[in-house]
Amino acid sequence: MIPKTPPASAPTMIEFRDVHKWYGDYHALRGINATIREGEFFSLLGPSGCGKTTLLRTIAGFEGISEGVVLLDGRDMADVPANKRPTNMVFQSYAIFPHLTVAENVGFGLRRQRLPKAELAGKVEEALTMVGLRGFGARAAHALSGGQRQRVALARALILKPKVLLLDEPLSALDKKMREQMQVELIRLQRQVGITFILVTHDQEEALVMSDRIAVMFEGQIAQLSDAETLYRRPNSRKVADFIGTMNFLPATVLNESDAVVEVEAEGFGRLSFGADQVADDGDAGTAIGFRPEILTLLYEGQAWGDREVSAVVEEVVYYGDMTYYDVRIDGSSKTVRLSARNVFGRPVFDRGVRVRVGWNPGALILFR
Amino acid sequence: MARRAKGAGAETAGGLLLIAPPAIYALLLLAAPLLLLLTYSFLTDGYLEILREFTWANYSEAWTNPLYRGVMLRSLGVSALVTAATVLLAFPVAYFVSFHVDPARKSTWLFLITIPFWTSYLIRVFLWKVILGYNGVMNAGLMKLGIITEPLTFLLYNVNSVIITLAHAYAPFAILPIFVALEKIDRSLLEASQDLGESKIVSFLRVTLPLAMPGVVAAVLIVFIPTIGDYVTPQLVGGPEGRMVANLIQLQYLRLDNYPLGSALAISAMGIVAVISLIFLLLTRRYIRGPK
Amino acid sequence: MKGGIFRIYTIAYLVFLYAPIILLPIFAFNNATVIAFPLQGFTTKWFTQMWSEPGLWPALQNSLTVAISTAILSTVLGVLAARASTRYRFPGKAPVMGLIMLPLVLPEIIVAVSLLVVLLGIGVPLSILTIILGHVLMTTPFAIAILSSAFQGLDRSLEEAAYDLGETPVSAFRLVILPLVMPGIISSLLISFTLSLDEFIIAFFLGGTHVTLPVYIFSQFRFPAAVPVIMALGTLLVALSVLLLTIAEYYRRRGIAKSGGKDTGGFI
Repeated sequence: MIPKTPPASAPTMIEFRDVHKWYGDYHALRGINATIREGEFFSLLGPSGCGKTTLLRTIAGFEGISEGVVLLDGRDMADVPANKRPTNMVFQSYAIFPHLTVAENVGFGLRRQRLPKAELAGKVEEALTMVGLRGFGARAAHALSGGQRQRVALARALILKPKVLLLDEPLSALDKKMREQMQVELIRLQRQVGITFILVTHDQEEALVMSDRIAVMFEGQIAQLSDAETLYRRPNSRKVADFIGTMNFLPATVLNESDAVVEVEAEGFGRLSFGADQVADDGDAGTAIGFRPEILTLLYEGQAWGDREVSAVVEEVVYYGDMTYYDVRIDGSSKTVRLSARNVFGRPVFDRGVRVRVGWNPGALILFR
Repeated sequence: MARRAKGAGAETAGGLLLIAPPAIYALLLLAAPLLLLLTYSFLTDGYLEILREFTWANYSEAWTNPLYRGVMLRSLGVSALVTAATVLLAFPVAYFVSFHVDPARKSTWLFLITIPFWTSYLIRVFLWKVILGYNGVMNAGLMKLGIITEPLTFLLYNVNSVIITLAHAYAPFAILPIFVALEKIDRSLLEASQDLGESKIVSFLRVTLPLAMPGVVAAVLIVFIPTIGDYVTPQLVGGPEGRMVANLIQLQYLRLDNYPLGSALAISAMGIVAVISLIFLLLTRRYIRGPK
Repeated sequence: MKGGIFRIYTIAYLVFLYAPIILLPIFAFNNATVIAFPLQGFTTKWFTQMWSEPGLWPALQNSLTVAISTAILSTVLGVLAARASTRYRFPGKAPVMGLIMLPLVLPEIIVAVSLLVVLLGIGVPLSILTIILGHVLMTTPFAIAILSSAFQGLDRSLEEAAYDLGETPVSAFRLVILPLVMPGIISSLLISFTLSLDEFIIAFFLGGTHVTLPVYIFSQFRFPAAVPVIMALGTLLVALSVLLLTIAEYYRRRGIAKSGGKDTGGFI
């Protein structure tokens, strides 16, 4: 499923302007600047304690901010309490009211509208149908399974037609199968209702699968904000590269440098030159070249390769069924790198200790410095 | 910073607003009275009125008069014995409920254990008098069984009866903290111990007991501290040689009208209890510090 | 049988715990003025005699007034303190909570005499009201212990979910928190009531000429002839306590089941 990104020209739904948050001496948010577009599926991704949940909660109004401005649909949210904001939230624990039925939970937010009974029941049933829980209204909330609670929480939030739906690690309590199923359903639901979804997750795969754009956060700051593919193929720093998927690093030294091109000598790869768009921040870890496992191609005997190739020894083999990961040591390199190969029927997996040819393409490498 | 408004400040304010009524109540009716009690203990007792003159006399009287000193020492001894008996007798009960009772029935057992505690203390103590008395249940039973030929007299109106009655009254206070500590023990630790070659009994001694220590320490303190100030039990079953410090305090206040001396006795008792408790906590701290 | 000797020991221990309570009704229905074995036959006359005891009724009335007022006041204070301590962080929390919970370990006689000193010092006459003041001090820690476990079981995000869905702090409290902690509140009311109804020392010191039921009972112990009637009265009181406690326990468990929590044991 390829997410259809709303164009960059789509109207802004949320804007953070230099947002800071202090808890006593602890600086939780350190100058957040970002805009989230209308109709976008946006993710806040980062390790625990990076401030992603805090940032989400400033949108919901559960956390005040110490400095800066949060604009929602053009309106400053500073003095708008949580219960007056056009946002609704799906909580990590789902926060299903245990003393109420499913229908009472879903209809909870409609209480203030004082709708006639039949209309209320109709809306509740409509919301339940949307999340695949048609006919569950009369059930007691505490008798639901994890996946069902998740759906009730979604229905309860969406029934109010918020401008923004906030999802705080909504899938973290589910098992793997259920999680994958809910990921697809959430994407479908988001397309259907067209509301801006903001998802907080620490699971990079989940963020990549679901989001139009992702903000990667470390230590209260946004390290990179871009679409999933850019984030994966062109991380702007070693930290982001390390956090998203697997990235191999090999030490390198700069030989020459001009405005447009940097020339380096890299372990195992020899002399390489990088364009300005291939350079990322090394975060004081030292100059290195970086590449994803699938960038290297393990060449079987006699296979022709039109580009560059190096020779290496297989040191470890990790078999995954559809894929195999090989840790190989490229000749002239001090450490092994990991590469991945799709398994093809009829072609045996390479053994440990075997000498292999590895094909690669200089355009796919990144220089961290 | 103008926008700091709705953060930690509001959180603090909400908490303070809520805690204010119970806190003010406790300050006015507990902290202030205790301070006044302390003040009184340094004032001079005049006839029918209390003179506002500072004196150590009440304390020197409380600490040197052999009568007061004797009662104080006896109170400490009785409390220590009651504490030891209660905690030792309670441990197997807590252990049974925690380790051998089906989880679904644990709260029923605890409920059964706590029921007697919630019923009239006065009447329970009086019934101990009936059980332990000269013509009491115990003597009647033992005589019927032919174990004794004439009633035992050492059962009632002495330190023994005070200890038995108090050990009965404070039983749940000892059982519950030990139970809570035992419940927290990860059962796989015991399996690990046995897996590493220890027998069940050694596993108990090397794993269960050390991990249950915080509960035992809590049980000791929660029994020791209030028993020393118990009034009803020594009054009803203690007889003249079973009197404790609370009876002395009551005597000074309600009979002799000597508030300063009564206050000095009360403060002294609390002080001694506090010091002993702190020493006990220091001695056992290596057990309590253990894993959370 | 699970537990073997531990089970036998525990049952023996329960016999020890229940011995006085089991003997109580036996003597209440025993046709003899002396409280001793052997039993002299069945009678209900001590129960009927109770009706004509002159001092008993005012004492009962006083006790009920004190116990009901104490239950309500200490539960209100308990709700405030339990909510504050489980939901909020504020400076001085530990010492303040320590002070409020102190009567749990403080000998009652200390509470009684220190209050007595203050009340007489500022010239407040001893009355039912002064007993209530003392009892609230003593029962509030129990109320807090019960209510804290009720509030503790509440997922904080339930409350946030209510705000998120448009409710104000007040309506969120009414619609979400109150229904979920209600069993705890009922349990707290019943326990405070029971404790106050049975409390002797504070009532003895702070009541002046106003006698509560335990004070009345204590005074009757001096007259051997009055004791059988007290046994009958005690039987009724114990039966009432057990009934109230069973109801309290029922609500406590229902509360835990309702909030989806796990039962971890008794009241304390």
